[in-house]
Amino acid sequence: MSELRYIGKETPRPEGPDKAAGKALYIHDLVVPGMLYGKIKFSAHAHARITHIDISKAEKLPGVRAVITAYNTPEVRIGFLRDNLALKKGMVRQFRDEVAAVAAIDPDIAAEALDLIRVEYEPLPGVFTPEEALKPGAPLVHETDPSGKPRKDNLLPLTYHHESGDLQAGMKAAAFTAEGEFSTPTVQQCCMGTAGCIAELDLHGNLTIWAKTQIPFLAQRDFIQMLAEIGLKGRNARVVVPTLGGGFGSGLDTHAYEYIAILLAWRTGRPVKIVYTRDEEFECLSPRQSASTRIMQGCDRNGRLTFRKIDVLQDNGAYTSWGATFPTVMMLPSTSLYKVPNVYFDAQLVYTNNTYCQAMRGYGNPEVNLAIESNLDELADKAGIDPLDIRRINCNEPGETTPMGLKVTTCGLRECIETVAQKLDWAAKRKQGKRRGVGMASLFHVGGGGRIYRSDATGLILKLDDYGNVNACYGGVEMGQGMHSVLSLAVAEALGVKPGKVFVNPTDTSTCPWDVGTHASRGAFMACNAAIRAGKKLRDRIFEHAEVLYPEIVSKNIKAATKKDPGFKVPDIDFVKLAKKENFDLVDGFLFPKNAPLHPVLKVELGAMLRAIHFRNDGEMLSTEVTYDPPNELPDFTKGKGNMSTTYAYGTQGAEVEVDTDTGEVRILKFVAAHDVGKVLNPQTLKGQMYGALAQGFGYTFTEEVLSKNGKMQNTNFRDYKIPTVHEMSFPIELEFVETNDGIGPFGAKGVGEPGLVPTAPAIANAIYNAVGVRIRHLPITPEKILAALKEKKGRS
Amino acid sequence: MKTELRFYVNDHEVMVSVESHARLLDVLRGPLGLTGTKEGCGEGECGACTVIVDGRAVNACLFPALEAEGRKVVTIEGLQKSATELGILQQAFVDAGAIQCGFCTPGMILSSKALLDASPDPTDVEIREALLGNLCRCTGYVQILDAVRRAAESLRKIP
Repeated sequence: MSELRYIGKETPRPEGPDKAAGKALYIHDLVVPGMLYGKIKFSAHAHARITHIDISKAEKLPGVRAVITAYNTPEVRIGFLRDNLALKKGMVRQFRDEVAAVAAIDPDIAAEALDLIRVEYEPLPGVFTPEEALKPGAPLVHETDPSGKPRKDNLLPLTYHHESGDLQAGMKAAAFTAEGEFSTPTVQQCCMGTAGCIAELDLHGNLTIWAKTQIPFLAQRDFIQMLAEIGLKGRNARVVVPTLGGGFGSGLDTHAYEYIAILLAWRTGRPVKIVYTRDEEFECLSPRQSASTRIMQGCDRNGRLTFRKIDVLQDNGAYTSWGATFPTVMMLPSTSLYKVPNVYFDAQLVYTNNTYCQAMRGYGNPEVNLAIESNLDELADKAGIDPLDIRRINCNEPGETTPMGLKVTTCGLRECIETVAQKLDWAAKRKQGKRRGVGMASLFHVGGGGRIYRSDATGLILKLDDYGNVNACYGGVEMGQGMHSVLSLAVAEALGVKPGKVFVNPTDTSTCPWDVGTHASRGAFMACNAAIRAGKKLRDRIFEHAEVLYPEIVSKNIKAATKKDPGFKVPDIDFVKLAKKENFDLVDGFLFPKNAPLHPVLKVELGAMLRAIHFRNDGEMLSTEVTYDPPNELPDFTKGKGNMSTTYAYGTQGAEVEVDTDTGEVRILKFVAAHDVGKVLNPQTLKGQMYGALAQGFGYTFTEEVLSKNGKMQNTNFRDYKIPTVHEMSFPIELEFVETNDGIGPFGAKGVGEPGLVPTAPAIANAIYNAVGVRIRHLPITPEKILAALKEKKGRS
Repeated sequence: MKTELRFYVNDHEVMVSVESHARLLDVLRGPLGLTGTKEGCGEGECGACTVIVDGRAVNACLFPALEAEGRKVVTIEGLQKSATELGILQQAFVDAGAIQCGFCTPGMILSSKALLDASPDPTDVEIREALLGNLCRCTGYVQILDAVRRAAESLRKIP
């Protein structure tokens, strides 16, 4: 595979034309005959006892087909700690708690019916910050655990801890130390297409659910378990994934609305669709968890890091979803970004009566990266070392094993750092004054799968047909990132057909092999590795058949050519002798012996070969299945040890900014992002991933924050919750891809879906510090915070 | 109470009976089956439902259906040249890598079309102004701007 025909070439995505034509079908566009519309009634309190629910009026409304509550349906427990109920019984613990749901013949009637449901509550005091929740005697969010055992406090029963080396010795060895506390807010994924599903049961009780999910197979597991809980033990759940209007982590868990749709379908015998409005999406879909990080780092006189100590406190909200596992990723940069010998990491998660949280791109990494990279600049400042130099001195190297036991294969961090320094004209711009400055920050992330489950596998079925078409059945999810693009390129490359002959099937658990989920920047890495293996298996099988069939087909071709043109010159070659499996090649859908002259009659079209293989006695229809499970380890997160990924992604971002000291406004003059991507698979989709992640990084840096007052979300629309528009994204961005050609990566590639937003905020925060000498430690960096910091700085001097 | 509404969609006259409170978006996506027009927020803030009414880009979620009486509406379905050929703007979005999840794409393309119809050689500032009301969470807008520039260039070459 030395010469790449498709990989690395700028290629438009295969599903692009249908999306441009408005033909792609999202959950919002799907209709199933007989379908009812479901709608959920959410809690009116952050914390209260439910004393009475009256659904009688709602049930009588014409057009209503079912009204369900926890009191007229079986209990459905959800979440990986099983601390959540799909419909709440006895108690509500957050404003978005589902207390009742309706299925009706149209959405307006469903909404009207919700208003007729009367719920009486006895309000209880709530806790709305982790600090409040940790105070002795604080109201308990959960009085018991799921097994009924009384709880003493609001701490989650999850341990995330790492210690390596000797922290005390590292502190002693430090000539300089810096410490600080940094925080990142709760933010929303803001998919342009809101969440939703359609659930339908057949007469056997088997479920089909069209779901906006990134984890079709873990969702299948969850739904099968749920079916058992409602008396349909042993039934199947088929998860079908329509076109996704964005994912960004929002589809990493199953959601209460999905279980409610299933309950309504079960109650009514009809398909039921629930789609969130934008308002519901903001208020009722789990956002990214907020975090506060206390950090201390030290270095010796030469700038070498001697220790790093990190304590994280996270607001988990009222129930547990994947937000509660952010520390599994926080550990990676905490232990392994730059060489640091003595590391302490600990994270605590606390129940509050705020909205419960879930995954979002970066998954804990941007949260601690802000602390590590901002604090590194503070340390450099104390040591009198240029922030660029402290990064050079402590730069990771290929071949190192980090304190967490992560085995670094290739590492392009040094090139990334140098690229950013050079493109920013670092030395000159550091001293330019005039309220302008430059800053940089780097990142470390999984790049070769991420084992957070007992299997980190991806299955891939390649099914060939009589016409040389390749159907790729893949259980991961295209959510806009370009998965189908790189998979079709990889299959084309590995098998030897044109990318246009590769068709990636819609993701459906009934036709696609298992995949753990589209997360952890693993999609392209995993699927393309599977494609390489599947392509080879098919080639081997085709070449074996070709030993017999190739000479037959070529003879036929020659006969036909001679009949058509009596003057046809038969190539002077013994193609029977050449027909050995090791001699064959398959390129662009044509099979031929490698060392033969390139005569058209010697090239056999793949379809013709497949038909010859198929239509004969004992014929065979070729397809193959590969399960690729990478050689990584499921870490022990209580000890923070284990090689979670097979390779790691690095990158450095840098900004030149200008700060208006009268208004506190920050203008970005230039932004540079250099990323070790292993190998560029498709430059067009890769750039798209980076630009898009950067935009999310800018939103995180400057404007995005879920505002909540006593647990009630205040900004549930795009007016008040500001994601970047084309106006904010109007500064020059330079992307640079460092190709380290990783040995385990498919064609050398590493996963890169998440890295683009990880170091964006600290790169900008460091530039702001260089420009005007104020350090903003709490995102988002608003003009108000900058003005307050400038005022405080003036007061001090 | 339903009222008869007659207007033009993608050069075809259509007649539908609609509720007086119906939005243009509901009529397009519902009885007319033109689901290429997307609903992203229903409050006129995201631009996913952008269509062109008498040459002007509007949010179909804020546009009362009955206001469309007698007017000419263009939706994303009206830009396609044939069963297998996209319009120039649509093709530019594909070629420039301006599409990711694709949910904002129809609205983006129609806002761009309204701009290019009125101003065939727009400056970058004009393109940005035209797309200000169209949110995209996937792309960071860089390749979208590139697509509009490419389309403008291709369209100018057509005599």
